[in-house]
Amino acid sequence: MTTFAWDRRAFLKGAGAGLLVVLAESAGVAQQESGRGFRGHEMPKDIGSWLHIGSDGRVTAFTGKVEVGQNIRTSLAQQVAEELRVPFDCVEMVMGDTDLVPWDMGTFGSRTTPDMGPRLRTMAAAARQMLLEQAAQAWNVDASSLRAANGKILNGDGSRSISYGELTQGEKLVKVVTAEQSLTPASEWKVAGTSAPKPEGRAFVTGAHKYPSDIVRPGMMFGAIVRPEGFHAKLISVDSKAAESLPGVTVVRDGDFIGVVAPDAFTAHRAAAMVNAAWDVPEQPSNENLFEYLKNNPETSEPRHPDHQSGSMEDGMRNAEIKVEERYTVQYIAHAPLEPRAAVAEWNNGKLTVWTGTQRPFGVREELAQHFSIPESQVRVIQPDMGSGYGGKHSGEAAVEAARLAKAANKPVKLLWTRREEFTWAYLRPAALIEIHAGVRRDGTLVAWEHHNYNAGNATINTPYDVSNQLIQYHPTKTPLRQGSYRALAGTANNFARESHMDALAHAAGMDPLQFRMKNLSNARLKAVLQSAADKFGWDRAKSNATCGYGLACGSDKGGYVATCAEVEIDSDKTIRVRRVVQAWESGAVINPNGLNNQNSGGVVQALGGALFEAILFSQGKILNPQFARYRLPRFSDTPKIEIVLVDRKDLPPAGAGEIGLIGVAPAIANAIFAATGVRVRNMPIAPEEAIPGIPASPFRS
Amino acid sequence: MANYELNINGRKLRVSAAQEETLLSVLRDRLDLTGTKYGCGEGQCGACTVLMEGRAVRACQTTVQSAAQAKITTIEGLEKNGKLSPVQQAFLEEEAFQCGYCTAGMIMSATSLLSERANPSDEQIERAMNGNVCRCGTYPRIVEAVKHAARIGALGGTR
Repeated sequence: MTTFAWDRRAFLKGAGAGLLVVLAESAGVAQQESGRGFRGHEMPKDIGSWLHIGSDGRVTAFTGKVEVGQNIRTSLAQQVAEELRVPFDCVEMVMGDTDLVPWDMGTFGSRTTPDMGPRLRTMAAAARQMLLEQAAQAWNVDASSLRAANGKILNGDGSRSISYGELTQGEKLVKVVTAEQSLTPASEWKVAGTSAPKPEGRAFVTGAHKYPSDIVRPGMMFGAIVRPEGFHAKLISVDSKAAESLPGVTVVRDGDFIGVVAPDAFTAHRAAAMVNAAWDVPEQPSNENLFEYLKNNPETSEPRHPDHQSGSMEDGMRNAEIKVEERYTVQYIAHAPLEPRAAVAEWNNGKLTVWTGTQRPFGVREELAQHFSIPESQVRVIQPDMGSGYGGKHSGEAAVEAARLAKAANKPVKLLWTRREEFTWAYLRPAALIEIHAGVRRDGTLVAWEHHNYNAGNATINTPYDVSNQLIQYHPTKTPLRQGSYRALAGTANNFARESHMDALAHAAGMDPLQFRMKNLSNARLKAVLQSAADKFGWDRAKSNATCGYGLACGSDKGGYVATCAEVEIDSDKTIRVRRVVQAWESGAVINPNGLNNQNSGGVVQALGGALFEAILFSQGKILNPQFARYRLPRFSDTPKIEIVLVDRKDLPPAGAGEIGLIGVAPAIANAIFAATGVRVRNMPIAPEEAIPGIPASPFRS
Repeated sequence: MANYELNINGRKLRVSAAQEETLLSVLRDRLDLTGTKYGCGEGQCGACTVLMEGRAVRACQTTVQSAAQAKITTIEGLEKNGKLSPVQQAFLEEEAFQCGYCTAGMIMSATSLLSERANPSDEQIERAMNGNVCRCGTYPRIVEAVKHAARIGALGGTR
């Protein structure tokens, strides 16, 4: 039995009759990419997840993962339904409520599908086996003569059946399973592997779904925060008399924290604007010196081992007839989830409940417990399916702020960050400086590869190509702006540099970029997507000219494989337009083709923004473009024709697919531009809206 | 603060609000009509789109005062007697959303477009919808959903 404290869970006491199945595990935790500063957690060894089968036959599965638009509420339910042999609509997922679900590190790093999927399947398969055995006992027959289908156990000829609900006999049963279960192979899936629609779809089109920012509590007040004038600012003086004269307004001061509580949101923001605060903002870096800063400010003085080292770069370069050495830059960009950070906080007899949008409900619970010096058992974080995150909502700033205001006001308080606050006081995708030095024989054989990444991270830093002499190293650095996780963050940067460089080498060797890659690649899965994309795109017939370029790129991240072909039009004033993208993709067995397609196609559009025009401009501790009018996002008019080729490998376990779809887009576009113009842009974004200090001006616009 | 009578989704609603307060703030924070979303507060993202006399407007750029004389329709007002509007039905069938936060605004913009043009071309859809942002990047499906809605409308779906 486990050490889990059942009595704390109000739900379980009130769960009613039925069968509760608990998965106890001994498996370790997969390494997750969460940006620096969020490490140090391990999955508890005892409890991984649980599911409940009610006497009405309804199945409820509980997980700490959260739904942010990536469709796991659907795909996880499909997997439970599959293994339990119940209809899809009998399964409900309870997610992201720290009082109801098992502890979970968070939803990021494309880990839900490879980690949580098998857990839920294992538990569902164990539950089915238990139900089979229970029926066998009741009927006094051998369990192997029975089968499970459609929420029932049936005998061989189907003449006798009993529903799962009836089998629980109105009792409360708790079963702990640990055994390895044999799972239904993907080739036999009937519910998983199909395009089941989102169960909450109707609530999205009627406006009924309650996002974190939509939560309303009885007697609720509204909050607003008085923000410093820049990062690392110190408060010098504050005068809040005018604000406090507004009816119903309370100004809350606690050190450098200044917040306002008011009966309505309009008054809260008006009052916050009336607080007269003076700040001292220290000297800080700007775009102008960003990449020198990254190069010269290592995070620690400790030497760091290379991520990969083989052969000798010296030998490799000596044997190379063609040598290319370049540096690539990637700017900070914002996640810009359409729903900014939001929280509603409520205190009841010392217990704090916060509804908030976060990818880490348990992480936010910990932040809140630490801030208020109360036990985690006194904090409940509820995460309603939110207006997405893309890696940008790991932290609980709005939750802490709302809870501080609610405590001071002694009433529930809602806080919805403005867009400007979301741009300025959240965190960003890390900027990157990448240096690559590579050598190729005259026949196109890659013989030396050196890759240094400053700041972005080491995801996908290793080359998938066959090179006998390699030196690959990630260099963590100090960072001028607050940064953190992002959808495909380091994968995007590393792949942009590597695949641009591969393209440059192919051209230098006088080879077709596809042939050059194939020649130096033995990974069969990557070759398969590369060939699939090229075939669908018509690569053989795609001959670039001055106004139309064709480029390709490929890559592997988090167990998935992707290849991207892009067609880019360039007009006489150097305006570029991405006309067509073909993306082939393989991430093992496909659980929901329609959902996966949506993620993949959306990934292409999101990546297009970072590839072409998204960039954070900053100076002296201020973000200079913290609004959509100055931070361009991909729109309908930017969207190319997108064709997705899904390679379904039913023989391979499913990999997470939220991130891989992004990493081929920027290099494919840059390579297409080069093919048309002979100009290689090595900076992301490729065609920014306004000149970015510190890098050469791009000749292109978008 | 002043008192206003608003005509929202066919109902007369009285509300007390500041003169310069936005329709978005009144809908969400005073009337609990939270289907209309805040995205940017500067009319750049379209998440707050509602219909004013049948035409798409940004609720974050519309004062409550200027809205007081008009017929306002929000996402909550499209469903009639449990039946989704053609645009809602099409968005659902095409699964033209991921996180769904932009969906209300998209549906309102598309509803406005289809009331002016029963059968818009891809270019007309792009032009009419370009002020609405979907950060999840679901644009190709949204275009399909608008065309799908046009077909439902042509078959006599209710509006």
